[in-house]
Amino acid sequence: MTAARPARTGRSAVGIGRTPVPLGSAFVAMLVLLYLPIAILFLFSFNAGTRLAFPLDGVTTEWYAAALEDGALIEAARNSLVVGVASATVATALGAMVAIATLRLSFPGRRLLLGLAGLPLLVPFVVMGVAFFLLFVLFDLPRSLVTVAIGHSVISIPYATLIVLSRLGGLDPGLEDAAMDLGATYPATLRRVVLPLMGPSLLSAWLTCFIVSFDEIALAIFLVGGDPTFPVFLYGQLRFAQRLPVLVAMAVLLMIGTVALTLIALRLRERES
Amino acid sequence: MSGRRGATWLLVVPPLAWLALFFLVPLALIAAYSLRAGTGVIAPDEPWVFSLEQLGEVLGTPAFVRLLGISVLVAAAVAGLATLFAYPIAYFLTFRAGSRAPLYLTLLLVPFAVSYLLRVMAWKLMLGPEGGINSLLAWVGVTEEPIGLLLYSRPAVIITLVYVWIPFATLPIYAAMQRIQRGQLEAAADLGAGPWARFTRVTLPLSLPGALAAFFMVFIPTVGEYVTPALVGGTDGIMYGNIIQGFFTRSANWSVGSAMAMVMLALTSLLVLVALALLRRRQVAT
Repeated sequence: MTAARPARTGRSAVGIGRTPVPLGSAFVAMLVLLYLPIAILFLFSFNAGTRLAFPLDGVTTEWYAAALEDGALIEAARNSLVVGVASATVATALGAMVAIATLRLSFPGRRLLLGLAGLPLLVPFVVMGVAFFLLFVLFDLPRSLVTVAIGHSVISIPYATLIVLSRLGGLDPGLEDAAMDLGATYPATLRRVVLPLMGPSLLSAWLTCFIVSFDEIALAIFLVGGDPTFPVFLYGQLRFAQRLPVLVAMAVLLMIGTVALTLIALRLRERES
Repeated sequence: MSGRRGATWLLVVPPLAWLALFFLVPLALIAAYSLRAGTGVIAPDEPWVFSLEQLGEVLGTPAFVRLLGISVLVAAAVAGLATLFAYPIAYFLTFRAGSRAPLYLTLLLVPFAVSYLLRVMAWKLMLGPEGGINSLLAWVGVTEEPIGLLLYSRPAVIITLVYVWIPFATLPIYAAMQRIQRGQLEAAADLGAGPWARFTRVTLPLSLPGALAAFFMVFIPTVGEYVTPALVGGTDGIMYGNIIQGFFTRSANWSVGSAMAMVMLALTSLLVLVALALLRRRQVAT
């Protein structure tokens, strides 16, 4: 944060002024609204009935026990984990390459490469889904977790590139020049100077890409074969009302994981700035 | 710089090759298939015959064109509302929250980390004649009859999506506002501008690019939505994306499906280009 923040009292609180809108209360109301459905899901996962009706039928943890014994559910979660790890690793590596190349090297088409890396953000997922579907048919590559991971790596590259780029932009290029003046080759400089300095942003980019993949469904529906990812599995099971509590219980367990990862990613980025 | 020359290839070729093979080629394939004769499932070894028929069918079927128009309107409404809600949040975080801003930002982003499908499901559990809201109202004794609460309709799709996107839409606006220099606001105050004038003549214009970015970051994924409409939209709430997806699953018709995807891609690209041109003109003007 900036060092010199003007005092927030009297005339010096310029630009802040006093608006008639109670922004603070509006913000709290918004937070309540945002958390309400999540709280309701949480409540529902401990509810003895299979439908959300008041008064609640009683408290139970049987849905959680059932979720942890549900082979197909565990398998789907494991599939999502594998796809997330693979696609986040590829996307972070490629995004970091784009960021280093565009900021530190001079070659024709630098801006084009950066633009290309950001472009997947501008294509609706349904269009991307059709595109990959046709590609894998043409390649005669059967749809599987591999094809989902490839798809997710492409849509994650913009996020990885932007996160690494913003960190690298704040690093002094003089450090690299110094290393090279001292005799290090450029690859050695990247490995021993640049990468360690970028470490936290790489981790933050990786976590962001993982979460993007773990939660993604619109593209995955076009790309899964016999092994569904967790969101695809969930989507297929939603029409069975009886299954809902078990699904919600499992989703709540996974939610705790993704929320923890998000908090770590945010903390990493905060520490850097 | 000479030592970096070899590194250029090492750093540029992998991402370029990956994006060419898995991004540009697939998009080109959509264009190719949309111009290819054939119906149903098309085997890779079938002869490639040029045809404008599918594109003609898409643009000549009033139901498709109407649904595309509706999808654009729904996406515009969702993106517009999400941006409108996100703007005061970003303003609060930038100018009011002070040292607590990072904490508030984190609180705002946690719901976004909760599975998208789960959040959509939460609305499904709450809305509807048998949903949580109706049951709560009846239990407390406010209502006797369940009130029709929007489930399986287009408004339900819009409400759900706005809710899903608000935290994400805050980010680009917040980033733009953080770049506004306090000195500019102080200068405006010294020159006699009141709070309202400072907002409309300094803060608003400087944060507008962020708001525009937020709008498009919501608009693009929403215009192609088919999952949320299928879950909370019912038969009345389907969008253009549902038809595209249908052509690659239930009623296989790859060439017409590709033509529909092509039309959507062309339309969204055009809108983004117009937005970029507008932004550039503003920047030149100021």
